[in-house]
Amino acid sequence: MMKERRSFRRIAASLWRTPVNAMAQGPWGGKGGEDRPGQGGGDDAGSGAGSEGPRNPWTQPPGGGRPDRGGGAPGGRPSLIEDLLRRSREGLGSGRGDGGGPFGGGIPGGPGGRTLWPIALGIIVVLWIALTSIHRIGPQERGVVLMLGKYSRTLSPGIGLTLPAPFETVETVDVEEIRTIDVGSVANDAENLVLTGDQNIIDLAYSVRWNIRDPQQYKFQIADPDTTIREVAESAMRSVVATVSLNDALGAGRTAIEQQVEQRMQEILDGYRAGIKVQGVAIKQADPPEAVNDAFKEVSAAQQAAQTYMNEARAYAQQLNARAQGEAAAFDKVYEQYRLAPEVTRRRMYYETMEAVLADVDKTVIEAGNVTPYLPLPELRRRAKEKADAAATAPAQRAQGAQQQGGAQ
Amino acid sequence: MSGSRNPVVLVLIALAVLILIGSTVAIVPETRQAVIVRFGEPVRIINRYKPNETFGHTGAGIALRIPFAEQIVWIDKRIQSVEMERQQVLSTDQLRLQVDAFARYRIVNPLRMYISAGSEERVSDALRPILGSALRNELGKRPFAALLSPERGQVMNNIEAGLNRIARQYGAEVIDVRIKRADLPDGTPLQSAFQRMRTAREQEALTIRAQGEKQAQIIRAEADAAAAKVYAGSFGKDAGFYDFYRAMQAYRRTFNSQNGSETNIILSPDNVFLREFRGR
Repeated sequence: MMKERRSFRRIAASLWRTPVNAMAQGPWGGKGGEDRPGQGGGDDAGSGAGSEGPRNPWTQPPGGGRPDRGGGAPGGRPSLIEDLLRRSREGLGSGRGDGGGPFGGGIPGGPGGRTLWPIALGIIVVLWIALTSIHRIGPQERGVVLMLGKYSRTLSPGIGLTLPAPFETVETVDVEEIRTIDVGSVANDAENLVLTGDQNIIDLAYSVRWNIRDPQQYKFQIADPDTTIREVAESAMRSVVATVSLNDALGAGRTAIEQQVEQRMQEILDGYRAGIKVQGVAIKQADPPEAVNDAFKEVSAAQQAAQTYMNEARAYAQQLNARAQGEAAAFDKVYEQYRLAPEVTRRRMYYETMEAVLADVDKTVIEAGNVTPYLPLPELRRRAKEKADAAATAPAQRAQGAQQQGGAQ
Repeated sequence: MSGSRNPVVLVLIALAVLILIGSTVAIVPETRQAVIVRFGEPVRIINRYKPNETFGHTGAGIALRIPFAEQIVWIDKRIQSVEMERQQVLSTDQLRLQVDAFARYRIVNPLRMYISAGSEERVSDALRPILGSALRNELGKRPFAALLSPERGQVMNNIEAGLNRIARQYGAEVIDVRIKRADLPDGTPLQSAFQRMRTAREQEALTIRAQGEKQAQIIRAEADAAAAKVYAGSFGKDAGFYDFYRAMQAYRRTFNSQNGSETNIILSPDNVFLREFRGR
């Protein structure tokens, strides 16, 4: 590499020097008026510096300024630029002696330089060809080969061979990577409002996943693929949402919307021949706008309330049903026994009931005929009232009162 | 020192050749069309767009021209986008809608485009206001509901046709016109839409509540009916005994002193219960 770099510099230096020298002094001469350049260096340096009064800036400095050069090196150009070149060469820190090395003779002269040129050039060319004609295409990539700007072929994963650089160039495209574009955001601050088919408004956030299906179409057909996909996604999403109702967009219809958007996007992009495959559309959020959210919550509250009413009614129904069945079963059981001995059962039940009923209550038996029937209604009322008061104050008093009443009779 | 002269001369010659090649040979990429202009006059077009061509069989590749006399004007071959700034559109029923739209076009006639516009940006600049006015005109003919509905497809086709007429004058072909966003304008229209949504929800909430109540009532009534059926099926076997049986239950409950009320019973000795009381 060192050699190559030096030879580059040499070329560069000669290119640079040429016009400058020509301007200053004529084509190649160290001094004006000299037809044949490259006379003996020592001679040139001595006489030139001595004879000319105002020294030409492009000529070499006096011989003393170049102590490291072998005196009278063949072909030494009488040029300050060459001097600079030489110094910079020293700056590289190369250890070789200036006089002995192949480059020691200055730019054009040495026989060693002449042999090295083709070798250096050859190395450059070989490296160039190697670097620009062998391409490693990763497993997820495709290489689009352009032959002088014209599409030639697509390289599959692996090592691909092409012609060297100016003739064939390769642009690698990652076809497997799934790229994602997000539209709208889940955060509350930014709402992406979309009109639905029933003229309601919904806050949507969704993402589109896509990859490259056809590398050459992707490369050559669309000026700005990312923006295109985003715009197509927005347009497709809005046109699909505009066909569905708010309730569908909020809930049940989301999957269908995603599919339709994906399909529509694919159609539009295929219409552009964009070489893009839409892998999927995912609605991340479909909510009513913040401004009306409370009303939507009210609806779900009402749904809960309605459910509550029905639950209560069902509980009542269960209760009633169970009671009816219980009572009916009880009646059935008793009736079964009653049928076996109707008269006795009836009597027994009558007496038992009356017994239970009359045991606890005040009873007055009036013998009709002998006694004038007297019904002490005010007394009854007073007693009833007393009893109520007693019940209010203490249960013990009530028991007492009951005893008194029993005694009164 | 001829040895020192030759490489320099060679380099010079190589330079000159390179410059000559550079100004003679041009590489036309797949993404561009080239108009060759000779002293200001367009003479030929390289890699002109043709529909349905496959890459590799286009005019891309090496192009030759006369050095210094002919120049190349590059024109993009890919699909370009022109975006319209937000427009307020008034529908026939006097409702306002904020509309964002975009159009996609491709320069299919580079020569005409070069003569009439000069550059892609100027084509976009020329198409943008036309897109806006075409959109306004077309959408203004329709009621608001139609702008949202699937009929939008027909609207778009009309706009595309209108835009295409103009675009052709610039050597461009409009591929697609789409409404990106169609929103209610901020302020009163948006707020009143929100208000409508809110009241619609409130109405829905009340309806759901009322429906719930109705369902609950039906469930109760059905339960009552079912219970009645069970009772009737059982008690109907002997109406007389039911009368007696139920009366006994009723006596036990109603004359029960434990439910707090004071009960006084005045019995006549003729009562059946006291029949044996008399001793006959």
